Amino acid sequence: MTKLIGITPSRRSLLKGMAATASALALPGFVQAQSSAPIKLGFQLHRTGIGAAYGRWYERTTQAALKVLNDQGGINGRPVEVVFEDDGTDPKRGAEVVEKLASQAGCDAIFGPLFSHVVIGSAPRAGELKVPYLVCSEGYHVASGKLNRWTMQPGITDVRAQVSSMAPWVANNLGKKVTMVFPDYAFGHDHRDFFTAAIAAQGGEVIKHIAVPPTETSFTRYLPQIPRDTEVLYHVMVGPAVLTFVKELGEFYGSGARPEIFGFIDSLEAVDTAAPGLEFLEGTHFWEGHCRVKQADASEHETFYRAAVGVDDNGASVSDAKDVSTYAHMFSTWETLFLIKAGMEAAGYQGSADRQKLIEALEAMTELPESQAHPQGSKIFNGKLHQVFGRQNISKVEGGKLVRVHQTTIDETMYESDVDYTAMSF
Amino acid sequence: MDFGPYLLLALMEGTVMAAVLALTAVGLSLVFGVMRVVNVAHGEFFMLGAVVAWFVTHYMPGPPALAFAAALVICPLVVGGIAALSDTLILKRLNYDPEATIVATIGLSYIFQQAALTFYGPDARPVEAPFNLRLQLPWFGYSGYKIAVVLAAMLLLLAVWLLMTRTRAGLIMRATQLDRNTARAFGINVDKVYAGVFALGAGLAAVAAVLIVPIQQAHYLMGHDPLLLSFIVVIIGGLGSLRGTLLAAVIIGLSDGVISVFFSPTLAKILATLLVAMVLVFRPQGLFGAKP
Repeated sequence: MTKLIGITPSRRSLLKGMAATASALALPGFVQAQSSAPIKLGFQLHRTGIGAAYGRWYERTTQAALKVLNDQGGINGRPVEVVFEDDGTDPKRGAEVVEKLASQAGCDAIFGPLFSHVVIGSAPRAGELKVPYLVCSEGYHVASGKLNRWTMQPGITDVRAQVSSMAPWVANNLGKKVTMVFPDYAFGHDHRDFFTAAIAAQGGEVIKHIAVPPTETSFTRYLPQIPRDTEVLYHVMVGPAVLTFVKELGEFYGSGARPEIFGFIDSLEAVDTAAPGLEFLEGTHFWEGHCRVKQADASEHETFYRAAVGVDDNGASVSDAKDVSTYAHMFSTWETLFLIKAGMEAAGYQGSADRQKLIEALEAMTELPESQAHPQGSKIFNGKLHQVFGRQNISKVEGGKLVRVHQTTIDETMYESDVDYTAMSF
Repeated sequence: MDFGPYLLLALMEGTVMAAVLALTAVGLSLVFGVMRVVNVAHGEFFMLGAVVAWFVTHYMPGPPALAFAAALVICPLVVGGIAALSDTLILKRLNYDPEATIVATIGLSYIFQQAALTFYGPDARPVEAPFNLRLQLPWFGYSGYKIAVVLAAMLLLLAVWLLMTRTRAGLIMRATQLDRNTARAFGINVDKVYAGVFALGAGLAAVAAVLIVPIQQAHYLMGHDPLLLSFIVVIIGGLGSLRGTLLAAVIIGLSDGVISVFFSPTLAKILATLLVAMVLVFRPQGLFGAKP
């Protein structure tokens, strides 16, 4: 009897054979459906919660980029769809959104999150699900090597690169004794750690660190901690209370003597620099990833991008001058979408089985010249670090408008690192 | 900064906080005192006040000061109306059963929060202050509007006190607080009193929010902190005691200001919560609450 089992086809092997035949018959149709079906990308969006202002503009920018991309023929001739899913700017929800986009919506790749605690909370799940996770977050968590092979940041320079490239300018033009005000979580800690080191390398010193919880709504109480001999006040704030922070800073210094002020535009993203109560910002400096106000030397690509997203020359929505954009950051979603296109085309991407090929194709990228796909400017991608590097801008408030006074080179943003994601397993 | 000006700033910040907190907490205390309802949705009434203030000032033509004055009147009325409606439609039908009302007000708080998210959106939006005056002291500048907030809050609290002690409406509320059944036997329409008190409590939270919204911004998640702090104040002061609530608001507000400025705001919150625990252990009825 035992021998017979080997000779006569068992029920199971018969079924297997039938299934194989059926799928072989269905294969041509299946392949064809794959190659013309839309490519689905997931966007992890901060539509609500403390990142909502960014979320609103990230969605608009991505929609604009998607339209341009599809008008140009999509990816590999296939149309592209983007599924937007709100994560409430919440790390726990973030991981669920990654799961939902990958497993339920069947997205080929996921991109878009900004807030570093959400990225750090979601990236492990993306790694487990083996889905490319392209973040637009600025945080150093990608380049630090603590995330995984599936997570990369190809659309925006990280905080370490930003602050170390600008520290020499701050030390030479504003002063060497710095007090830092920053939000008390991962993103703020990157600022604290790397700017402190970078200014020390310039012979300067951070004389006081003032950490503020990111959900704080009142700031006057923190300001007396600023030492009187501070030469430069360095501020970076996030969340719905940023306007309160800047206003209270203005009230606190009033018309009295104040140090030079160098801020990250994060403290004022989506806020009009000419809003009442912000007059004291005149003459202060800001970092900008991408200049909010259209500069005199704006490239044709920059002009095209601004018009496509629907932003006027002052950085506000063309349909509502009070709706100020998050211009310094949102280009990252545009550039990331076009990088996904470049990566998928280089990898000959067919379907989710090729996700690993997509990561490898992206890792192989190096120079990304300024173009319609990269309106913020040329960049260099470091495949080992999974991190892109680009030029940074320092702007000064003149007549209520941000005017660029300095731009770093890409080389100035590069740093030594022995992180190598390409040596990690998938 | 030197110690003197440092302390002055701490006290000023503390006073502003105490004033707004007192208004918010008195509303919560009143509702508990008269109705025996622990209103978990109180923070959301505060939030609704701020959000309605944004709508009023945004759509009202004319100078900011006028729009703000309109908001001061309209917001408590609108929010009070919503509260009266919630009382009649929900709390009354639960016969004011303590456990059921807690669950019901938790549900209400979610409904209000999500409604704000749906109709107002997820953004923090500023409301322009009625005037832009900055006091320039020799050591630091300070917002003149914050001083005005303290004065306005004191006037409003005085009005509440007069209402409760000098008017017929106050008498009826106190009578209902003392004994609901006897009050009913004397021909008082307790249902109406309850709806009115719930509206008054919510209106006080709303007016506090209107005062604070030019300093902070209107945001759909802004109700958490006022709720937590109001509970801290009301528990320390003694549930239902207006005098205790006021005193506790001043203690918590000033200590929060001073501790936040000299040490850290996180430490201030830790100490306030510790104080609540101590009060609950050693004097469960609160500083001025009646012994059960």
